[in-house]
Amino acid sequence: MAKYLLKRIAYIFLSLFLIITVTFFLMQIAPGSPFASERKMTPALEKQMEEAYGLNDPIHEQYLDYLVNALTFDFGPSFKYVGQDVMDIILRGFPYSLVLGLEALFIATGFGILFGVFAALKHNKFGDYAAMVIAVLGISVPSFIMATILQYIFAIKLNMFSVARMESFADTILPALALATTPLAFIARLMRSSMLDVLNSDYIKTAKSKGMSQRIVTYKHGLRNALLPVISYMGPLVASILTGSFVIEKIFGIPGLGSEFVTSITNRDYTVIMGTTVFFSVILLFCVLLVDIIYGIVDPRIKLDAKGGEK
Amino acid sequence: MKKILSVKNLSVSFETYKAEVKAVRDVSFDLHEKETLAIVGESGSGKSVTAQSVMRLVPMPPGKFVGGSIIFDGEELIDKSEKQMESIRGKEIGMIFQDPMTSLNPTMTIGKQIAEGLIKHQNMSKKDAHARGIELLKQVGIPNPEKRINQYPHEFSGGMRQRAMIAIALACNPKILIADEPTTALDVTIQAQILDLMKQLQEETGTAIILITHDLGVVANSAHRVAVMYGGKIVETGSVEEIFYNPKHPYTWGLLGSMPKLDQHDEKLKAIPGSPPDLADPPKGCPFAARCPFAMKVCGEHMPEHYELSDTQKTACWLLHEGAPKVEPPEFVNVGGSKVNG
Repeated sequence: MAKYLLKRIAYIFLSLFLIITVTFFLMQIAPGSPFASERKMTPALEKQMEEAYGLNDPIHEQYLDYLVNALTFDFGPSFKYVGQDVMDIILRGFPYSLVLGLEALFIATGFGILFGVFAALKHNKFGDYAAMVIAVLGISVPSFIMATILQYIFAIKLNMFSVARMESFADTILPALALATTPLAFIARLMRSSMLDVLNSDYIKTAKSKGMSQRIVTYKHGLRNALLPVISYMGPLVASILTGSFVIEKIFGIPGLGSEFVTSITNRDYTVIMGTTVFFSVILLFCVLLVDIIYGIVDPRIKLDAKGGEK
Repeated sequence: MKKILSVKNLSVSFETYKAEVKAVRDVSFDLHEKETLAIVGESGSGKSVTAQSVMRLVPMPPGKFVGGSIIFDGEELIDKSEKQMESIRGKEIGMIFQDPMTSLNPTMTIGKQIAEGLIKHQNMSKKDAHARGIELLKQVGIPNPEKRINQYPHEFSGGMRQRAMIAIALACNPKILIADEPTTALDVTIQAQILDLMKQLQEETGTAIILITHDLGVVANSAHRVAVMYGGKIVETGSVEEIFYNPKHPYTWGLLGSMPKLDQHDEKLKAIPGSPPDLADPPKGCPFAARCPFAMKVCGEHMPEHYELSDTQKTACWLLHEGAPKVEPPEFVNVGGSKVNG
């Protein structure tokens, strides 16, 4: 197990190295510069700026500097906001996105699994159709529409929550709901189909032939096996949800990481773009590792060992 | 010998979008203590549905009991509630399935899967159930059971899994073991081992066995009595000797004739031409009439009654009517010869 973990972590560093390299050179290839704006700067001033940020160094030097600094989570200063480091910006936005994301994740997995199991147990009955119609709506209605509908109903009509404020826990409920809708619906559908598969499998029949009650058959024999596809979907989901959603954060006025990321692109704030990209990658890679470990615990057929891992 | 299971005029149908599929039609048979009854037939003849009906494992809906009764130990199973059935399944009637690769829960250790039934039906503690599990694994011939009991199904080979399945099914000493094609998915060498094991366990525990199969070789080796099913009906029953040496139904002839024989090298394999009837719209008369080389006019119109040829042999065929022409089984049937090969 320890050997496996070490190997996986080594892979994570390798992936990060590739990601940093590719983003770095893509940024270099992209036309325009962070200082090219509508208001023309004098050439002398521009030169001075580039000098200050080290943009005149040869590319390989810039790249090596960046790599070394990235190891210590130092992504350099922002080009746009004077006196702010990229890491400051990330650490300022991330807590909001994290709280929101965890809440949304909790809602999405909890209710998604619940609805999915419910629909599977009521297969081809009213409950199944109702749950799946809601799920299809959840998947097809974009989150920004969902967000505005939630705001309209719960904030404006019912006055239960504030429209867009980020002070107390209550303020996080609406955005978390909006953020959770799509993954919730997706998990519900995934859970339903895998539960139906499992309930039709031979070992469920074996369990019934042993005289196990419907409840034990469903939850002890069915649920654990049916959860496997949902677990593998969780890795990328957790990463994308934790790092924030630009749309939801904009609509609810949340200063999270998602909006920082998009703003940095329109600002051509190279260091922030790269910093957030790397940060996102780190989270994604660790989530995937976590999912693999959980998968190995839930499904004994998957061996976590140093010999190349799964199956 | 005491009768422990009596199925009378059982009919089971499935509701589909197109029509009602009459999978089992008017099936009757008895099972005595310590006896092995083989139910033989091709795919879709209703043998598995019959067996699963005894366990009440046919999903309902879409399935439904149209009529008949299943008397086990003097009690009607069809009227029992799901709760009451739970205390019969596993405890009084055990079941093993065709494919041992898929019929064990992949995320649960073998030990836990054996223990489950023991804990529920015999109120054993976890520790006792574990100990009994080791005993059972030893009994079904799994080496090193103390280690094996904590392993998962994927760490077992196919034959070992089927042995584990048998251990699960026999854990609570059931009065009846239903084996639904227990050897179909296994290697030929393993098949014989599993059949021997079942025979040996039957001698030790006195369990009655319903053996469902399409393999007459399996029947010859392990059954006492045979029921031949076709088109949802039992067309012929008899002791294993009667079925192999004195078969009377043309379908049984066909089955015996289509077994490959060791002494014929240059011939093509014999088959019964045609295909089984559509059970959504079963024929009025004998289900085999359309494929029967000896079919008469009456065969397509009326279902023949069961003619009692001996205490044990009953055959549903118009050829046995006193007015019918005398027909001898065709030569290729090689009556009785298949027992040597089986």
